[in-house]
Amino acid sequence: MKHTVSVFLLLASFWLINSGYYKPLLLSFGLVSAIFVVYLTHRMDVVDHESHPLHLFNLKLPSYYLWLVGQLIVSNIDVVKRVWSGKGSISPCTAWLPLSQTSDIGRVIYANSITLTPGTVAMDLEDDRVYVHALSREGLDDLRAGEMDRRVSNLER
Amino acid sequence: MILTVVALALIVVMAMAIARAFLGPTIYDRILAVNLFGTKTVLLIAVVSYIAGRPDFLDVALIYALINFISVIAVLRFFEYGSSKVNDKVGKDA
Amino acid sequence: MPELITLLSSLCLLLGAFLIFSGGLGVLRFPDFFTRMHAAGVTETMAVTLIVLGLMLHSGWGLPLFKLLLILLFVMITGPTASHALAKSALHGGLRPLGDDSNNERH
Repeated sequence: MKHTVSVFLLLASFWLINSGYYKPLLLSFGLVSAIFVVYLTHRMDVVDHESHPLHLFNLKLPSYYLWLVGQLIVSNIDVVKRVWSGKGSISPCTAWLPLSQTSDIGRVIYANSITLTPGTVAMDLEDDRVYVHALSREGLDDLRAGEMDRRVSNLER
Repeated sequence: MILTVVALALIVVMAMAIARAFLGPTIYDRILAVNLFGTKTVLLIAVVSYIAGRPDFLDVALIYALINFISVIAVLRFFEYGSSKVNDKVGKDA
Repeated sequence: MPELITLLSSLCLLLGAFLIFSGGLGVLRFPDFFTRMHAAGVTETMAVTLIVLGLMLHSGWGLPLFKLLLILLFVMITGPTASHALAKSALHGGLRPLGDDSNNERH
C-alpha cells in the first residue's frame, strides 16, 4: 500500500513540475492520469519493494551518494587524463570480483555504481560475483580493495 | 556567449560521434556512437533553449532523453537475440 | 552576488564543454569497443552534470530549474543502464575485450 501511495505521489509531482499550469481543469486531468497509471502498474504487478525500494531511503543513502559523487569526480579526472595522454596510458583488463550483498537490489546498486564511475563497467552479474571491465589496472585494483562493496552492503542493513 | 561556445563544443562532439558511427568497426561501436549522439542532442536542445530564451524547449529535451534510452535498449535487444548472421559478422570484425 | 553566480555558471559550462570534448576524443582515439565505452561514460556523468548545473545557475529560480533537474536525473539513471546493456550484449555477441585474461573462468 505504501508503495502505491509513493508511486502516486511521484506521478503527481511529476505532473505538477512538468505542466506549469495550475488551473482546475488541467489539475483534474493530471489527477486522472496519475490514477490511471497507478491502476496500470497495479495490473502489471510491478509495484513492490523491488521496483520501489522505499526501505532503502534512510540516513545512510545521502552519505553514500556524497561518497559516490566524490568517486565520480576522481575517476572522471583519471579517465580524462588517460584520454589526453593517449593509448600508452591505458591497460584494459577484466576480472570477476566477489560481491557481499545479500539482496538483489543491493547487487544492482553495486553494479550500477561500478558502471556509473567512468573507467569501470560491470558487464555481467551473478549471485556472488560481478564481471568488471576496467580501463586501467589501477581502477580494477581500487575496486578490488572493496571500499564500494562494503559501503553498498552497509546500505542494505 | 558562453552558451554559444558550449553549443559549438556539443556540435563538434556530435560530429565526432557520427565519425565513430561510420568508422565502426563493430555494430556495438555504432550503437555506442548513436547513444552518445543522443545524449549530446539532449544537452544541445537544453542549451539552445537558453540561447533562444525559450525554456519550453526543455520538455523536448526531456522527452528526447527518454526516447534515446528506449531506442538504444530496443536496438540492443534486436542485435542480442537477432539473427545469427549479425553475430557472425561481429565475431569476424572483432 | 549575481556576478558570482554568473561566474560559477560560466565555469561549470566551460568545464563541462571541455569534458564533453575529452569524452568525444576518447571515443575516437581508444583502441577497442570496451575502452571507448569508458570514454563515453565521462560525457554521461560529470560532463552532463556540469552543463546542467551551469544551466541551472544561469536560469535562476523557477519551473525550468526542476525540468533541468529531471533531465539530469534521467540521464544519470539511463546512462549506466545503457552502458551495461551495451557491454553485456557485446560480450554475448562474441566481442572479446583487449586484455581479457579470464576467458577460461567463464562458463
